[in-house]
Amino acid sequence: MLYIKCPYCGLRAQKEFSYGGDATVKRPNINEEVSNEDWDNFVYMRKSPRGKHIELWQHIAGCRQWIKVQRDTATHEIFQTAKVTEEIR
Amino acid sequence: MSQPFRLNKEGLINRNKKISFTFNGKKLFGYEGDTIASALIANGIHLVGRSFKYHRPRGFFGAGVEEPNAKLQVEFNGHSEPNVNATEMELVEGLSATSQNCWPSVNFDIGAINNFLKMFFPAGFYYKTFMWPKSFWYKIYEPFIRKAAGLGVASLEKDKERYEHKFEYCDLLVTGSGPSGLASAYAAAKNGAKVILAEDKPRFGGTLLTDDVSIDNLSGKDWAEKIVSELKSMPNVTVKNRSQVFGYYDHNMLVMFERVSDHLEKKSKFTPRQRLWYIRAKETILSTGSIERPIVFGNNDTPGIFLSAAAKEYMKVYGVLVGKKPIIFTNNDSAYETALEFKKNNVEPIILDTREEHSSELIDEAKSKGIDIRFSHGVIVANGYKKVKSAKIGKLNKDKNSFEKIETIDCDCICVSGFWTPSVHLASQSGNKLKYDEKIDAFIPDKKKQHETSVGAANGSFTLEQSLKHGFENGAYLSAKITDTKTEIAIPNVNEKKYGAHDKFWCMPLPKNENPKRFVDFQNDVSVSDIEIALREGYRSIEHVKRYTTLGMATDQGRTSNLNGLQLVSNIENKIVPEVGHTTFRPPFTPITIGTIVGREVGMEYMPTRKTPMHEWHERNNAVFVDAGAWKRPRYYKQGNETLFEASKREAKNVRENVGICDVTTLGKIDIKGPDAAEFLNRVYTNAWMKLPVGKARYGLMLREDGIVMDDGTTTRISENHYHMTTTTAQAANVLSHLEYYLQIVWPELNVNVVSTTEQWAGAAIAGPKSRDMLSKLYPDLDVSNDALPFMGYKEIDFFGVPSRIFRISFSGELAYEINVKSDHGLFMWEKMMEVGEEFGNQPYGTEALSTLRIEMGHVAGPELDGRTIPSDVSLNGLVSKKKDFIGKNSLGREAFNVESRQKIVGLIPIDRKSSIPEGSHIVKDKNVKSPNPKLGHVSSSCWSVENNNPFSLAIMKDGKNMIGKKFFAVSPLKNKSIEVEVISSHYVDPEGKRVRS
Ligand SMILES: [Zn+2]
Repeated sequence: MLYIKCPYCGLRAQKEFSYGGDATVKRPNINEEVSNEDWDNFVYMRKSPRGKHIELWQHIAGCRQWIKVQRDTATHEIFQTAKVTEEIR
Repeated sequence: MSQPFRLNKEGLINRNKKISFTFNGKKLFGYEGDTIASALIANGIHLVGRSFKYHRPRGFFGAGVEEPNAKLQVEFNGHSEPNVNATEMELVEGLSATSQNCWPSVNFDIGAINNFLKMFFPAGFYYKTFMWPKSFWYKIYEPFIRKAAGLGVASLEKDKERYEHKFEYCDLLVTGSGPSGLASAYAAAKNGAKVILAEDKPRFGGTLLTDDVSIDNLSGKDWAEKIVSELKSMPNVTVKNRSQVFGYYDHNMLVMFERVSDHLEKKSKFTPRQRLWYIRAKETILSTGSIERPIVFGNNDTPGIFLSAAAKEYMKVYGVLVGKKPIIFTNNDSAYETALEFKKNNVEPIILDTREEHSSELIDEAKSKGIDIRFSHGVIVANGYKKVKSAKIGKLNKDKNSFEKIETIDCDCICVSGFWTPSVHLASQSGNKLKYDEKIDAFIPDKKKQHETSVGAANGSFTLEQSLKHGFENGAYLSAKITDTKTEIAIPNVNEKKYGAHDKFWCMPLPKNENPKRFVDFQNDVSVSDIEIALREGYRSIEHVKRYTTLGMATDQGRTSNLNGLQLVSNIENKIVPEVGHTTFRPPFTPITIGTIVGREVGMEYMPTRKTPMHEWHERNNAVFVDAGAWKRPRYYKQGNETLFEASKREAKNVRENVGICDVTTLGKIDIKGPDAAEFLNRVYTNAWMKLPVGKARYGLMLREDGIVMDDGTTTRISENHYHMTTTTAQAANVLSHLEYYLQIVWPELNVNVVSTTEQWAGAAIAGPKSRDMLSKLYPDLDVSNDALPFMGYKEIDFFGVPSRIFRISFSGELAYEINVKSDHGLFMWEKMMEVGEEFGNQPYGTEALSTLRIEMGHVAGPELDGRTIPSDVSLNGLVSKKKDFIGKNSLGREAFNVESRQKIVGLIPIDRKSSIPEGSHIVKDKNVKSPNPKLGHVSSSCWSVENNNPFSLAIMKDGKNMIGKKFFAVSPLKNKSIEVEVISSHYVDPEGKRVRS
């Protein structure tokens, strides 16, 4: 079971969190014209990398904040966690 | 006292407490502190089971977790448990053990005929035999295999025991209390670290209990006792025996299985049987020791053949002799200690040593005690069927591939030692790659993967001095990193016997024309010839050889067989062992009970039960409940002998004719506040929200970004910047997360806060033509007229002295109101409504009537919003704004969503106006077409229309809007029904929606 550091609450067990997918996906701006291709990429197309992946988790049984987690999808090593407003490099 | 193999004094058992038990129906006794195995051996019983494939007689081989043979069906403390390891299970009064995998008895087992049919059971027999003819499989082969392939029998009784889960955090977890484990725990504890010391066995000390050593002038056992008692007295240390760490998971999470009370005759009601510990450790010391491996020889599975260290443990811990005429067969010095122990107890052993004549401290001692040692010798084949009677032994030539001399000598047991294999399972589970250490012919942990540090024998150091030194050093180093404290501890003086080099010898050759079975894996009956066959048939990867032969795949995970299997493969393949590689270790290290994994999460505790504040009233009034997620909702209120169908019809009819009340507390409620709340709702819902006035509600539709309907509900503007959103019961949690996602990640610039208020409010719907009259009685001061409180109106007003909210919204399609009060007042509100409503014919109605009412109105719910429908599919495209953007809007333009023949919701009635259409039925044109019969749609919801007094269903149909008036068949192969139906509008009752506005 993963041990995830919520930037608000500290280290907590994985069962307090729910997974939210790729954190690098940006929703097109509201009320802005979007090409079909851009929209399809946003809704459907995801990379499935082996290795480092920046992803969203929600601390659902805690502070309910969505957070960013940089994790290795193969080893589950977590390199960094951050608030969604912060950058992970 | 009639225990012919019990020593008079030796051992750590409590001779003052006799424990009686039965084995295969025979009454026996042992002592407190015995295992089933030690008590049986003391009674001279060795034949305990039959082997898996060939039903060969099998006896004990080990003295602990390594045991491959002695798995028993054990009844104790009201349980019947299969596959219990007799070498681990402690004796408890009244225990009754029986042999497995034998019929009619372990002494006379018909399955043993397999031993003579062994040509039918070669490697891969699962894949080769029993294949043809195909029709034989179900009736002949499978029942035969099931009967023959015997492990124990799982109990069919409900397990009444209590099992617990515990979550722990510590600085250092030490797995194993042998010398290196004790030293690590002690050093870390002295540095102030929070330490958990876990020992699998009942007694602490590991090899200190059996090895002839001294530490600081104390015996190993006394030193262990001293350290353990000091550790127990320290507040920062948890010391646990009967506790096995069996799994090493991600992020340094280890899982431990504690046998809390299996060894107790009596216990209090709330003492759990077993406990599962989830331990998050900052650092882990793996001091799991090592397991002796055997040397392979002919008929090496005969009862009476033991690992040499096990024979020593039976003497030193249990005061039991495994035999009185032992042969010690070894390739190393450690077995000499077993021989010396026999000698000490006045038993004369013969040592067969595969090494050439040489000298070492132990050899010299054995010689000086007059023990018969035969160098360059080994056991070729054991004689005896149910118990070893003699051994054919041979003097090996220089190349150790043939014999210079062969003779047969009498014996009643053979104690074999092929050197030691570090227990690296936990290190491997943590991700450690392991490396081959040629010095010891075994794998040891390589570079750390997580925070695991292997010490002592688990790391390949087999001397006490080294183990203690490693233990103290690593315990101190790892804990100092955490506590920043360094306490000096003097490493104690050690007195131990020096071992000479071992012989890299693991399998006896066979003389010409002799071909006895030589087993590598006892538990799965895998012999040398099986592995040879697998290689001959082209299997190369060790993982494939393992699966094809089932080597190491039994419940003992090949603890005594893996390395010998690898040696065999590497010999035949002419590769070195590290090139062959090793198979992967997986948790659990030993089998654990399902009850422990489940813990307290059974029955009512499986998940929380959510009850509305009115629950007890429903109970008192004969409600029959239905699960809605974790909620309990009244499905109907039973009167007399009513069926579900009759009751729901009565309740629904009463709503249509008079008035009814329904508990709607379970609807999701979300409070939304902030200056940008209107803008946020406008983006979340498909319809327009900017102009909703204060004091008004609006129905809203929510999509996912892919255009599929996510949820629907009403949202009310309580005040300028304050909204009250309702969701369906099922989607409440998802909708909240969805809103939080957009507010936190996508549009953080919006100044809005959301919070769930589902549990803060109790809700009751009052529905029916007489609901207004009832409302005016409930609120004498309120103007209830259509002008003052119109459809979608909202009011805040006291309800008999408690604050309440009135929403004029309707799910039933009737004139209706929903009243919310604080949860604490829910029951009060409900009882008041029942009291006041009496004169209007008010009756409570449950979810079944609620469904009937919404279905015949054509209102969609979960079955229609099933994650596959877009707004137009459920005729809600009127709610989709063309002017503004919202979540999912871009997807609605997709081609497939806009084709003319797109699916759409329709109504269905049976032609005979009588037959109910099963939900889930497929709509087909012709019921007699052989499958696959083209599917035109499916029935989503069905009810008995109380308005029209005939069945009515909703369906999602391809090209639905052009199907009105046509006839089809609704077929349900599951219910074996096929009903001719006519397609009509989905709005079966009040299609103009006049009633809700009346
Ligand atoms: Zn948090």
